[in-house]
Amino acid sequence: MSVFVELREAVAQMVQDGDCVALEGFTHLIPFAAGHEIIRQGRRDLTLVRMTPDLLYDQMIGSGCATKLVFSWGGNPGVGSLHRLRDAVEQGWPQPLAIEEHSHAAMANAYVAGASGMPSAFFRGYRGSDLASVNPNIKFVPCPFTGESLACVPALRPDVTIVHAQQADRAGNVLVQGIVGVQKEAVLAAQRSIVTVEEVVDGFEGVGTNAVILPSWVVGAIAVVPGGAHPSYTHGYYSRDNAFYLAWDAIARDRERFQIWMREHVLGVGPDVFRDRAWPQAADER
Amino acid sequence: MDATYTASEMMTVAAARALGNDDICFVGIGLPSAACNLARLTHAPRLTLVYESGTLETKPQVLPLSIGDGELCETALTTVSVPEMFQYWLQGGRISVGFLGGAQIDRYGNLNSTVIGSYATPKVRLPGSGGATEIATSCGRIYIVMRQTARSFVKKLDFVTSLGHGPTGRERREMGLKTAGPALVVTDLCMMKPDPATMEFVVVSLHRGVTPERVREHTGWDVRFAADLETTMPPRADELDALRDLNARTARAHGAPTAE
Repeated sequence: MSVFVELREAVAQMVQDGDCVALEGFTHLIPFAAGHEIIRQGRRDLTLVRMTPDLLYDQMIGSGCATKLVFSWGGNPGVGSLHRLRDAVEQGWPQPLAIEEHSHAAMANAYVAGASGMPSAFFRGYRGSDLASVNPNIKFVPCPFTGESLACVPALRPDVTIVHAQQADRAGNVLVQGIVGVQKEAVLAAQRSIVTVEEVVDGFEGVGTNAVILPSWVVGAIAVVPGGAHPSYTHGYYSRDNAFYLAWDAIARDRERFQIWMREHVLGVGPDVFRDRAWPQAADER
Repeated sequence: MDATYTASEMMTVAAARALGNDDICFVGIGLPSAACNLARLTHAPRLTLVYESGTLETKPQVLPLSIGDGELCETALTTVSVPEMFQYWLQGGRISVGFLGGAQIDRYGNLNSTVIGSYATPKVRLPGSGGATEIATSCGRIYIVMRQTARSFVKKLDFVTSLGHGPTGRERREMGLKTAGPALVVTDLCMMKPDPATMEFVVVSLHRGVTPERVREHTGWDVRFAADLETTMPPRADELDALRDLNARTARAHGAPTAE
């Protein structure tokens, strides 16, 4: 059964140096507050798994948390490069970063395999792509019935998955709405899980019968962090801060400017700052 | 070049015209997204747009900055999970047109969005495949929209992220793929289609004011021109109005200018 804890405690208990960690959220519901907590706690040698590393992994890689990245699209969406990711791959700064590179279809299928307790995933993919020649975790096997050559990748089984979601109820069940991405699969694929939520409610009133709900018995820790996905967003709560995604390009381009920004906005603060970042107008009025 | 519109606008309008009401289109961010939404706002109001974040039949009022902006979900018929998107909808063969771009393209429509230089020690590390690798082989056909330069239209790719017609133009057929592959390339200078015999992309239409010499200068291979070379119809006033309105709404929504 899930337990409600402070974010600091959840990360301290569940994320260890050397772990394989997936912080998921497909553009939507990216658990920034939890990632920042991992940076503050100085975790090292992590294998970071995410379909789209996004600004959060740019920050974690630039802070020296990771020695390996498993991913399928490493850009700043609609803006350009992730400069900290590029600096690690191209120049080895702040340390070399091994990469295991896939396509979105492969990562999605690999999460499904992990959630399903399967050793690997089969799908129609990677045909004619050089990715199979640089990633030994991409194989091809014939379908035993038709003979068609199918791509095969190992299941993703993170030590810990962290996601953000809209709500938990008091019994510790979690509701995910909007672009649900691979949130459910990533949690079910992991040995342990942390979910940050916008708020706790008495019950999930008014949601449809087919809503995406993670029962309390598949969730580890729940931490309440209003605004915890900012500058990503939480459908129904606050919008994606596209202006910040644009601004990040200049911040991350320069190592020193990046480090100053991290000191000021991540290392020297706590999860409580996220509420004002997600709702800046409300903060101005207070 | 006509001073009343830009080469970028010509490119987006020409790409939009390739889409029809019956198409089910898998949309990427950037130039493809602008072209697909322009088509929906002009001649193809029933065009179905699908983004890889899982949004089916989405009708955004502004261009999304990311593939998963809330705007896409709020204006969609329904939103499915990302595994479902790639398994049932893309791999299941339900998408008629996929729009792709990249950092490099070769004469057979193969695309690189992974690295410039060697994979192990890249000169430039690009974002990578995302959905592109399977979009390229699972959609009924592929349209490519890219700015044309000699550095991006190259003789040989540094890395094949997404299969076009194969390194010699024959591999796609030999692999027995049931989908057509790249059928159209739209640039800021011209439009290209594959020669049915060799699958090499040849210029079929020059945008107004563009000379064959200019296209040659902007192409890294010895580019060929169709015998019945046409001139692309310039953007009409209604197309330009719709595109500029869309871009203005988008810039306001994102708090900074982002669109072409």
